[in-house]
Amino acid sequence: MNTIRNKTSILFIATALLALLLGMIFGILSGLQYILPEFIKEILPFNSLRPFHVTSVIAWIILCAVGGIYYYLPNSEALRLYSARLLQIHYFLFLIIGLAVYYSYFTGDFGGKEYLEFPPYLMLPILFGWLLFGINYYKTMVGKIRNWPVYYWMWGTGIIFMTYHLSEAYLWLHPEIKNNFIKSLAIQWKAGGSFVGSWNMLVYGTAIYLMAKIKGDDSIGRNRKSFFFYFLGLTNLMFGWAHHIYIVPTAPWVRYVAYGISMTEWIILFHMLYEWKKSLPEETKIKNLLPYKFLVMADVWVFLNLILALLFSIPAINFFTHGTHITVAHSMGTTIGINTTILLASVLYIITKNKPDINLSFISKGFRIFNVSLLLFWLCLLAAGVKRSHWMYFTKGIPFSEMQSQSHWIYVAFLLFGTGIFIGLLVITLPVLKTIITTYNLKGINENEHP
Amino acid sequence: MTHKKTKIYMGCMLALVSVFGLYNFTIYADDDAQYKTPLSEKALHGQALWQQNNCFSCHQLYGLGGYLGPDLTNVFSAENKGPEYIKAFLNSGVKTMPKFRFSEAEKEALTTFLKEVDASGYYPNYNATITPDGWVTIEYKNEKSQE
Repeated sequence: MNTIRNKTSILFIATALLALLLGMIFGILSGLQYILPEFIKEILPFNSLRPFHVTSVIAWIILCAVGGIYYYLPNSEALRLYSARLLQIHYFLFLIIGLAVYYSYFTGDFGGKEYLEFPPYLMLPILFGWLLFGINYYKTMVGKIRNWPVYYWMWGTGIIFMTYHLSEAYLWLHPEIKNNFIKSLAIQWKAGGSFVGSWNMLVYGTAIYLMAKIKGDDSIGRNRKSFFFYFLGLTNLMFGWAHHIYIVPTAPWVRYVAYGISMTEWIILFHMLYEWKKSLPEETKIKNLLPYKFLVMADVWVFLNLILALLFSIPAINFFTHGTHITVAHSMGTTIGINTTILLASVLYIITKNKPDINLSFISKGFRIFNVSLLLFWLCLLAAGVKRSHWMYFTKGIPFSEMQSQSHWIYVAFLLFGTGIFIGLLVITLPVLKTIITTYNLKGINENEHP
Repeated sequence: MTHKKTKIYMGCMLALVSVFGLYNFTIYADDDAQYKTPLSEKALHGQALWQQNNCFSCHQLYGLGGYLGPDLTNVFSAENKGPEYIKAFLNSGVKTMPKFRFSEAEKEALTTFLKEVDASGYYPNYNATITPDGWVTIEYKNEKSQE
């Protein structure tokens, strides 16, 4: 059995799993308010529940990706982490900020913009945490490893761009931008779109890292093609965000650039199809590994969501899908289907390395429940989006409340399958959390903790 | 010694980041009067209230926000709606809407914010033109047509 270096990295992962479960509970409560409007409205109104849900799920993605990177550097790569103290400060800082954000939502103390609803001053310690992560990462890596494989580039640029775009999200505090409504809205969505791209750098970097390690094939992270797709992804992160605001009256050139850049993602789609055809005769031994199965499923979700994203990056289609649940289907498909599946693969990879005798059959069942529920949930969102788009563009005089009433059964199904996702995730995460807690108590786990 | 490939990748990164810097500067500094949508002091107060009460968790402006409530981009100028309709809704606590306790001054500020948002453009943009190359030419308010 391996010993775990940097137990704080495991704390990041355990906290991330708790955030995921909390995020799912808040999601279900939000879904209940869709069909029972008065449900716990006095205690947790929807304007609190939604940020609780969104922030918890974002916390899951970020904490798990960051924890994984902190884990892989000293454990798999045998690198000496620059500072275990900085890592601990980073963890406890994020934990305290997380609790402060929850408190602000519970008391209704908002003030930020969508997705970052907490009072703006809380962003300062968050940025400081990212700075600590950046220092630790680059001080650990620079000069120690030559000719970085693509996943190190992805993690490195993910940290820098995350810090940059989180700062950019607060440019609205500048009077020149705050006083100009459309400009402020555009920059808000520029920052938001790009910080999602930044965490994708951390998560997709983890996926390539895992694939290289599972297959024992170092070339996966070093070949030219990997770098081509890395730079293509980075270009989309930088310039592709404006497909979120095609319909907002900004200067047309901003939207032209986004249209052109977004269409380059067709290359990724065609490449995926080509690669799948090639990789069919995979070794059975690898195919049966659970983290590998998770990665393959993440590929399926990438495929489905890429098609959706490509379609609504075409302005003529976006015109009808914007402002509908079709956009939500895409964000749920990417955060749950892609990000969560990759991160669960990462968690399982770490856990099985440290405790190979963990019972995986139970987790496999949870994985099936999770994927079937997610597919049905995703389809419900698409149906709700089509219904809303039809109401917006092809009906006249039907009030909003009537359209919502007509969609009642879609929302009921949406809640049902959302609960299915929660059950699936519960079946996956509970044994993992139990293993983490048990492994923590093993004597000698801190033996290799760096000073 | 740095590997040749790494040097190429670093060159690509430098080029990309340089273009990105220029692009960002253009967006941040853009002062094209044609697309300017200034908010008055009262509307800024309304915007602050909008954020402090997290209104976009349920409502959208330009289709951006939560979908539990209706889009409010053009609620100010919509037929059978307008300022009194907005004010009547604010403290109503109807359905999922929280029971807010906005003062008259705050209701006025929120209504002014929605009035000035309304003046910035259309959503849905029913008079937009879809062209065969997939592009959509949107209609701007106040004759601010583009292209």
